[in-house]
This record gives sequence, structure tokens and C-alpha cells, in this order.
Amino acid sequence: MTSISLKHVSYRYPLDTNNVIDDMSFDIEQGRTYALIGANDSGKTTVCNIIRGFIPRFYRGDLTGSVEIDGKPVTDFDDAQLTTMIGYSFQNPFTQMSGVKDNVREEIAYALENLGVPRDEMIERVDAMIELLHLEALADKNPFELSGGQKQRVALAAVLVTDPGIVILDEPTSQLDPKGTEDIFDIVELLKSQGKTVILVEHKIDLIARYCDQVLLLDGGRLVMNGPVHEVLTDPAVLDHGGQLPQVARYYLERNRRFGRHDPIPLTVEEAAAQERKGR
Amino acid sequence: MAYLELNDVTFAYPNGFTAIEHVSMSFELGEAVAIIGQNGAGKTTTVKLMNGLLKPTQGTVTVDGEPTEGRSTASIAAKVGYVFQNPNDQIFQDSVRKEIAYGLVKRAGRNADRAAIDAKVRDAAEWCGLTDELDTHPYDLPFSMRKFVTIAATMVMDPQVLILDEPTAGQDRTGTERLGRLIEHVRGQGRTVITITHDMEFVAREFRRGIVMANKHMLMDAPVADIFWNDEVLAQANLQRPYIAQLAETRGLRGVLTIDDLLARDAQAFAGAPGASVPSAAEA
Repeated sequence: MTSISLKHVSYRYPLDTNNVIDDMSFDIEQGRTYALIGANDSGKTTVCNIIRGFIPRFYRGDLTGSVEIDGKPVTDFDDAQLTTMIGYSFQNPFTQMSGVKDNVREEIAYALENLGVPRDEMIERVDAMIELLHLEALADKNPFELSGGQKQRVALAAVLVTDPGIVILDEPTSQLDPKGTEDIFDIVELLKSQGKTVILVEHKIDLIARYCDQVLLLDGGRLVMNGPVHEVLTDPAVLDHGGQLPQVARYYLERNRRFGRHDPIPLTVEEAAAQERKGR
Repeated sequence: MAYLELNDVTFAYPNGFTAIEHVSMSFELGEAVAIIGQNGAGKTTTVKLMNGLLKPTQGTVTVDGEPTEGRSTASIAAKVGYVFQNPNDQIFQDSVRKEIAYGLVKRAGRNADRAAIDAKVRDAAEWCGLTDELDTHPYDLPFSMRKFVTIAATMVMDPQVLILDEPTAGQDRTGTERLGRLIEHVRGQGRTVITITHDMEFVAREFRRGIVMANKHMLMDAPVADIFWNDEVLAQANLQRPYIAQLAETRGLRGVLTIDDLLARDAQAFAGAPGASVPSAAEA
């Protein structure tokens, strides 16, 4: 079922002369995991802001085309509805903290308080998030004492606690070490198993290859590729558009080129190992 | 004596939290060194001790033969430049040009040679991909480019040691490749670049020496290839080999780190009988 649909969407920030998003159309299906990739000025965060309705609600400027969620224009939902439908974890964890709560537990509970969730249920849901994101040791600390990586995990807990059907994660692992990054991708997998729709802005292409269903590649505000992960991430054209390919795919592409071979292009170590075993 | 040395250094923050214990390491000029390890291992504390932002609780840190203890951070920073993890902690001018030039202008004082300063600013801007952004307000740039503004502002001061704290965080492919070229450029000038990063492919490609930290201690200081093939150290530090090394491992090849390494092994294997050792799956 189509969950989000963009048709011919263009957007220009106030006082700007260029479209940062230019005639973009795509559908997001419910229960699938999408990666938005591309260079740092390609428009990925702007697309997230349009889906969430921050554009045009908070950012003015010139938005044309249609954005629908569950078949209804996004502008027909009020902000409280969008908050419960779409969880959004911002790119910069240094600014995501509410600033009004003095410990991590209350920070995570903040949205539930605003929604009027009963106290017992609130405690239960906050505890579940603390467990999910391994925040036990941080639960009583002030959010502003935390490191960048710790803030990133608390921010994600505060977003997931409202149990939204659509989750937008804008570079959720940029400050994390490899283990912390894998933990976040495990959560993406969990969200997927719960039937949630996930939109992930991420540079770690090797992990996208393993965990995502579909890849959308942006270049200069245009959607230049949109397809299943195997189709997009084996195509060298991704590199011409400022994107990156998984290391394993890059190796196989180069091996085929250099040695005149025609091996299929695997994306992950596991796929490559299976392929080599089969070929032996 | 090496240019920069930490001798049995322990550091505790004023609130009593001990961030590193008994850490020793030394750096000659002309090296590129990666420091890797989990969040909270003590990496940032270690590098802040190197440029005098922090002074050791126990042990000594020496820069160019002198202990940092009792010296001003400014006098040490002229020799050891540190680029913060979060560029927002460091930026306060209203254009990229002024931000990069700030330290040079301040150091030159009244005798500032504007043309020379401008030439240095342009050179650093070019290495950092900021040539077209010199008149932009730093806060109008994305986080990843703002990071390059702080790198340029530190580079122009010509410190003998340049420390980059997680410069790869949030960088796209172009940004990561630019960092690699920049590190090699600075190292080629006979300076030392020390980089904290979580990007293991970047480490494998750009660095020969690596330092692994875990749980307040230094675990290993060795050639990167030795680190990434030391299972015990990787397990203790919660790190993994780069993906290409993992792929090589599934084929029983050890010591491989990069795509080029693995292709070189293929070239040997394919040389005698094409496809002999690694048959093409499509043909099989």
C-alpha cells in the first residue's frame, strides 16, 4: 500500500533563485525501508522536511506539486497528527534535545507527556526504549552532559517512543562508532519487522546494502535513480552522481573490468562468499 | 626524543571521572596516524592532552622537547593544531574567509601582510573545497562543510602536528576523498596528522600507523594491517576489519585491507590460468 506519494514536487527556499528540489516524483510503500543517498547538498534533508510537512509549515518559500500521506494532502493533517504518524530524528543530535528536561528518562517521556499518555503506560514505554537503545547507564544523566553519539541514541529513543508508523532517520549514525552504528541498523531491522515504513538518510552505503529494500539517489535536487537496492547499488552511474557504492560491489565491478570477467555483482561480504562457494 | 610524546599519562576531569589511564605514545614528524576505538574509549581526551587544552593529572606530555605542564594552551597550539569534533564549538566569524584568516591576522598583528595572508587562505580553502564559499556565512554551510572551514582555519597556522577529531563524520564520498588528499598533502610537507575516525575503510586506505584505544587504555600501536588482522584486539575494542578484509578472509586470504590489495592477489591468481583460483560464477 502506498504510504507517501510525491508528484512533481519542486521547492525553493525564500529569497533563493534555484529550486533545491526539482520536479521530484516517487512513492513510498508501507512497511518497506528506503535509503535516501547522494552528496551533501543534493536535497536529502529537504525531502525529509517536505514529507514531514515542516515545509511549508515552518519553512516558507515556494513549494509546488503534491505531497500525499495515506492518500490525503500532507497539508490537511494538523501538526499533532503528523507528530504521531511520522517520527523524525534530526541530522544534528547536538540540537535535538528538548532543553526543558534534566534527565534522559524525562527527555524520552516528553512526547508521551504532551500526548497525555497515562503515567503507568508512559513509564513502561520509556523503560522499553531505554532497553532497546541500551541507555540504562545514561537514564539519570542530564541530556546536555552526553557525548554526540549518546545524544544521537537518546534522540532516537525520544522519537520511537511514540510508536509512529513512519520513521524518518536523518543521518542517525554520523557520530557513532561501528558497534553503535550496527545497533542502529538492528533497530531499523526491528522497525521493518514491525511493519513500519523507514526513510533513512545515510552515507554508510555498505550497511544500506545489507538492511534497506529500496534506494533513492538524489543529485542537485533531482531524483536520478530509484530502484531496489541490488539494481541501484550495482550501477557505476551512482558514482557519477556523487553517490557511493558498497566496497564489495566496487571490488567486483573493478575485478570484472580488469580481468574481463562477467561475475554478478554482490553487495555484501555474505553474498560474495555465497557466490564464490557456488562458483567453485 | 620524539616530537610529541605522552609518557604514562592519566587524566581525570574535575568531577573525578578518569578518562584515560597510563597512556604512552609518541609521534615523529611526517607521520599520518589514525586513532580508533569505541565512543568513550578516551580518544578525544588523549588528543586534547596533546595540544594543551588539557594537562595530565599524572605523567607528562612533551611537545618539541618541552612538557605542556605550565605552558599556555596558545603557545602549544601554535605547534599542535586541534580541529574539534563539533565545528560549532570553534566557529565565530561571519564569513568563511574571515574564519580561516582569523588566527593568521591575529598572529601577524599590526604588521599583517594582507597579500600573504590572502594567499594562504586561498590555498587552504582549495584543499578544503571552499574556494567558492569564501564569502559565505559559515552557518549557511552544511555541517560537513563547516567541518572543512575549521580544518582550513587550523591548517593555515602551519602547526607541526594537525589533529582531526572525527573529520569523516557525516562526510559524503567527495568529502572523504578530499580528506584523504589533504592528509597526504600535510604529511608530505613533513608535518604529522593524527586523525580520530570511525571509518575503517578510510583508515585502511589512508593510514599506515594506527592506535587502538579501549576503555581508557591504549591497546595497540602498530601498522594498520597488523591491527585489522589481530582478532583479539579487534574483539576487545569492538571493532571489525574493513569489509574487503572480511571478504578476503572468506577466501582464506589474510593481510588484505583494500580493494587494490585484493585485486593484486587476484592478478597473481589469474596470471597463470585465467579464472583458475577464483572461477567466474557466471561461467560456472
